[in-house]
Amino acid sequence: MAMIEFKNVEKYYDKFHALKNINLKVEAGEVVVIIGPSGSGKSTLIRTINGLEQVNEGQLLVTNFDLADKKTNIDKIRKNVGMVFQHFNLYENKTVLENIMLAPRLVLKRDEAENKKIALDLLETVGLADKAQSYPRMLSGGQSQRIAIARSLAMKPKALLFDEPTSALDPETIDDVLKVMKDIAKNEGITMIVVTHEMGFAREVADRVVFMADGQILEDDTTAEFFDNPKEERAKKFLSKIIKH
Amino acid sequence: MITIFTENWQALLTGLGYTLFSSILALFFSLIIGSFFAILEEMPYRILKIIARIYIEVFRNIPLLVVAMFFYVVVPMYVTNINGFTAGTIGLTIYTSAFIAETVRAGIQAVDPGQMEGARSNGLTFMQAMFHIILPQAFKYVIPPLGNQFINLVKNSSVLAFVAGFDLMYQGDIIASTTFDTINTYIIIGVLYLIITMPLSYYMRHLEKKLS
Repeated sequence: MAMIEFKNVEKYYDKFHALKNINLKVEAGEVVVIIGPSGSGKSTLIRTINGLEQVNEGQLLVTNFDLADKKTNIDKIRKNVGMVFQHFNLYENKTVLENIMLAPRLVLKRDEAENKKIALDLLETVGLADKAQSYPRMLSGGQSQRIAIARSLAMKPKALLFDEPTSALDPETIDDVLKVMKDIAKNEGITMIVVTHEMGFAREVADRVVFMADGQILEDDTTAEFFDNPKEERAKKFLSKIIKH
Repeated sequence: MITIFTENWQALLTGLGYTLFSSILALFFSLIIGSFFAILEEMPYRILKIIARIYIEVFRNIPLLVVAMFFYVVVPMYVTNINGFTAGTIGLTIYTSAFIAETVRAGIQAVDPGQMEGARSNGLTFMQAMFHIILPQAFKYVIPPLGNQFINLVKNSSVLAFVAGFDLMYQGDIIASTTFDTINTYIIIGVLYLIITMPLSYYMRHLEKKLS
């Protein structure tokens, strides 16, 4: 049973065909990186997985629930599938600690003492134990993103979605965030889908790379195969450009 | 002016009391009802949006006096017997709630949509996200316009005078028509309204500064 499975998924924004015949299977524990030029549908694709975008046709199975079915209770999926955004989306009105503790308290009804312990441990893990009482506006981008990752991890998700997690960060803070992500990929056994332009990250931790363009999946290969021996002309072009930078 | 006050202080204080009481009731309930319709309009269901829209548009666009008269005249005739104070206060609450709904909705929309996406992705339901994340931020944005609504509410409570609601304006009309000293009477009434609205205005400013 795959963790996430797209079967002939189509997605439209009015007349614009955003996702074209998507077929993709992600097994539990797999780390999949999605790359491609901007406007290729990467973000749309990842946002359909936790229902932030609706799919119009086909089947989208996530932890056994079909997201294309309107009767599916989306909150049940979101409990198990976390998301990390480009712009963090930390709760502006809550402290860092409260950001991490809120959802486990409300959704999982986790015991308060245990909840706090888990939150503080996570802050330790992402190297920001001293920021527990800070508000998001007092944090740098890199710090915010690490808190956002800790917030997602607090739910003990089966899968984590990363939507360009380092694209809005200063270059010097990107490494801290990537390090946290690599640790998760290597140690936690959580299924990860990552939309990113960080090729070093993809090479190091991804099991597979999916290349998208114009709303289609053009290539879906093991990491080594994709980087060393890309088949599609557009993937070759994209790689040569991105590696030159 | 002094004699007007010394000879009628009981009536004036009674009026002040009724005005204050009506205002506090209307403020409390219009804030709840207004926020309720604001949330309803932001819900991802078309039918709820339409219901909220109708409520807001109807009561925002009918004169307060008409709403109050409806409760004073029509409701006792067909539904249940209510006095002028109750009728006026209900009218005031409904009328103000329509404006508060618009204000709160604007506040909700001013909050970064990423906050809702973040909360929902974190597993929170729409309502949990609304009450824990969105509304606290929205209210911070809407304190200045909400202050305006509250001050308008206190002044609009003078509608009670038309439905025998024993408020300040009602007492003023009686004093003016018995003493014939209209100028001094209405000056005193105006000052008494200021005694309510000025501290309210000051408090809202203070709240705005504290939260920013």
